[in-house]
Amino acid sequence: MPESTTTESAGREPGAVEVLARDDVERKKFLTMAGRTMGAGAAATGLAAFIAACGSSRSSSSQPASTVSSSPTTGTTTSSSSAASDPSDLSIVNYALTLEYLESQFYAKVAQSGLFHGKTLAVLKSFGAEEEQHVIALHKVASGLGTPAMKPMGKFPIHNAAQVTALASTVENLGASAYLGQAGNIQSKEILAAALSIHTIEARHAATLNTLLKKSPTPDGAFAKPMSMAQVLAVVKPFIA
Amino acid sequence: MNSSDMASPELGAVEVHGINRASFILRGAVAAGAVYGATAVAPYVSNALAQSGGSDLDILNFALTLEYLETDFYNVKGTSVGLSGEAKGLAQSFGDEEADHVAALTKAITAAGGKPVAKPKFVFPVTNQASFLKLAYVLENTGVGAYNGAGPSITNKEYLAAAGSIVQVEARHAAAIALLTGDPITPNGAFDKPLSESQVLAKAGPLIE
Repeated sequence: MPESTTTESAGREPGAVEVLARDDVERKKFLTMAGRTMGAGAAATGLAAFIAACGSSRSSSSQPASTVSSSPTTGTTTSSSSAASDPSDLSIVNYALTLEYLESQFYAKVAQSGLFHGKTLAVLKSFGAEEEQHVIALHKVASGLGTPAMKPMGKFPIHNAAQVTALASTVENLGASAYLGQAGNIQSKEILAAALSIHTIEARHAATLNTLLKKSPTPDGAFAKPMSMAQVLAVVKPFIA
Repeated sequence: MNSSDMASPELGAVEVHGINRASFILRGAVAAGAVYGATAVAPYVSNALAQSGGSDLDILNFALTLEYLETDFYNVKGTSVGLSGEAKGLAQSFGDEEADHVAALTKAITAAGGKPVAKPKFVFPVTNQASFLKLAYVLENTGVGAYNGAGPSITNKEYLAAAGSIVQVEARHAAAIALLTGDPITPNGAFDKPLSESQVLAKAGPLIE
């Protein structure tokens, strides 16, 4: 399939992420449609972002950035029906943003490590560039909904090529599972479209790394398995300083 | 479709509005496509579907048609064309997974009281391993675009979860094939593009006999 350099060529709708990322009018629409988040929202860092996302109720937190509790927060909400324990779109986007920050940081370290060369290095750099685009887009989406999560401090062991490739595979498969786990929770159709368009990129990355490791590109077989925020948190925790 | 529909395809799209749109249009588009070529029909189909999105069952049946196509491609064509090495193993494994998708979609449609579409007859214009893999790449990427395009229209959360679980596998397939063909692992760059049903038809239609 040829790469499209324009997002609005004849017969093609612009990708959902492109629309959200570049269009101020679209973002303002979401702010209105998704329900205004009250207060500053939690500009939480790293691990705290996950805890806040896992524990948050349908509304946003109104706590100041420096303190984040692990208990569910309540606040006023203008959104329509949803279980009180379901994460808000902002929480989900910030959760994804945090994961993408970590992936981007990981690949930057990998590129600098000197452990890879030639085609493999080119592939890993291209994956890192794509994760960085995910960061940029999700940051814009989050900004349209409230306060975006702050950049976490990732810490990744980088020892040798085999170990790093295995770690990359872990990270990407985790990312794919994380997006799949949240698809059903996203309220906005446009944000869902954006999440779906990123989810399959993580899947492509994961399958590539699995193949490099001589493992199956489809480790779960015909049906990929979702992971919950809590499950993802458990795996990611060691990689956040 | 009668001759007046051919003369003014817009009318043809409007006439079927509200009556099991997606599967009718798919069959109609395919029938017209056989005469005019799928690309001639696709633009006129897209407006009708774009506004409506189709019902959940319409979407599942559209997906089922694609999964029938992929299963046949890997299992039947994959055997007859003669594959070797990694390509052979991949075709066998992916064919099994597509067959599982067919089973799951059929079960979901039936459980919902719907009628699963009949398996169409397919024709795959490939003659060797290289052309087989090239078409595999196109089909898997089309599948990704199809599910991502339909996803936001799905109203039932369980169907959405299933679609997500399946599309992730299609994307994994596409990447694995890309590693064999040398094609881009991410042909759309950092964000996979959702495809409308008409765009999917443009790719898949010509393969339906």
